[in-house]
Amino acid sequence: MTEVRVYRRPVPTWWWVRKRSYFVFVMRELSSLFVAWLVVYLLMFLWAVGRGASVYGDFLNWASTPWVVLLNVVALLFLALHVVTWFNLTPQAMVVKLGSRPVPAALVIASQYAGLLVVSAIVLWLVVR
Amino acid sequence: MTRRRIEPLVWLMFSGGGVLAAVLLPVLAVLFALALPLGWVSRPEHGHLVSLFGNPLTQLVLTGAFVLLLVHSAHRFRYTLYDGLQVKLKRTVAVLCYGAAALGALAAVVVVWSVG
Amino acid sequence: MADSIRLQVTRYRPDADSEPRLQEYDVPLRQELTVLDGLNHIKNEVDTTLSFRWSCRMGICGSCGMNVDGEPRLTCATFLSDYAPGPVRVEPLANFPVVRDLVVDLYDFMEKLPRVKPWIIRDDERSVDDGEYLQTPEELDAYKQFSMCINCMLCYAACPVYGLDPDFIGPAAIALAERYDLDSRDRGARERLDVLIEHEGVWGCTFVGECTRVCPKHVDPAGAIQRYKLKAAKESVKAFLLPRGAR
Repeated sequence: MTEVRVYRRPVPTWWWVRKRSYFVFVMRELSSLFVAWLVVYLLMFLWAVGRGASVYGDFLNWASTPWVVLLNVVALLFLALHVVTWFNLTPQAMVVKLGSRPVPAALVIASQYAGLLVVSAIVLWLVVR
Repeated sequence: MTRRRIEPLVWLMFSGGGVLAAVLLPVLAVLFALALPLGWVSRPEHGHLVSLFGNPLTQLVLTGAFVLLLVHSAHRFRYTLYDGLQVKLKRTVAVLCYGAAALGALAAVVVVWSVG
Repeated sequence: MADSIRLQVTRYRPDADSEPRLQEYDVPLRQELTVLDGLNHIKNEVDTTLSFRWSCRMGICGSCGMNVDGEPRLTCATFLSDYAPGPVRVEPLANFPVVRDLVVDLYDFMEKLPRVKPWIIRDDERSVDDGEYLQTPEELDAYKQFSMCINCMLCYAACPVYGLDPDFIGPAAIALAERYDLDSRDRGARERLDVLIEHEGVWGCTFVGECTRVCPKHVDPAGAIQRYKLKAAKESVKAFLLPRGAR
């Protein structure tokens, strides 16, 4: 075969801002940073709880300052994006069967939200009772 | 014979962490990052939280959850660096991401078990 | 509706050009005309030097894949009227090297596909006299969706991972591996797993999902890949937990 000079088109650094689906994908992946932040925050909270009642109170006061609240609100927005995309993708990622009958996608998604509600209710009850 | 591979097991941990991030993390984050600091619910008695978080069962669940959440983050962020920022130093990125997750996991164990 | 529409078509001559450029042509615009019709008009009436691949012009051969206004599409299935008043950019299929004009080098896929052994693998080969392998409609349904792949490569053009890491084996190859794994006549799942469990196999995929979105045959390669990851993970757990004999 004769040598042909093929042209390889370079992938631009900002390839993911050019299409909405790519952009949402990258935002979804960046939620990982905020998941990590929230874990760190929760560990800081637990550390404060372990240090005594006044440290616990001081920590919550610090957490109520504007910048921390803003950071956590942004983190929760990204977390919401994770929740919605993760639940929506589950039926595509796995075949769920009840016996031999396949479970419809809408039901798979709905039951995950149900799971989220149940877990949230349990945790809420454990903490505020 | 399937050779022993670590990648599928890391992916399993990533998936478990993803489920926890979707099902458990939201309530924890809303409660302790917004509701309590901003007074949406009255602050629980310190003693109550100590007995709750000092309970070995809670501590076990939290340790497992934090480890999986950190692995989930590290795994996802690793691929974000490869694809989003086109970082080519693949081994360095992998070591940094999972290394950070390992440090975080260590910190999680220390903190979780220090309560109560 | 106007009488004509402008196409901005990539031109590249490997012997003369250092890089591709866009050339504009006006082609007839009618309700029923496709981008492929526009390209054939150019070649037949305006500029015979334009090179592009096409064959069946009815969405089954997979030859005419190109990027139309940035989206991987079968040009025979893409109507010009959807882009009126235009102009419409027609570029070579993304993520593949350009050979000339709209023709891309598909050698990479040709090399990757046989790696997943997309054929029935059996321990015992039966002779023709023994009769055909029987399969129930339910067994057919298990893999039928993944057998619809026409190798058009739109999924590779849509996949950002493949664009950034050409080592990634890619959506169609994995979907076709799954097609054979799920076929009741096949016994080759272990051999395919050994190929796809590698790093450039399924693990490069980050479930962007673009491959499924652009697939003209609704194969859902993204779904096939995630199912394959779960399958690989289950096998890995077994490999770690069970002694050699039991696997």
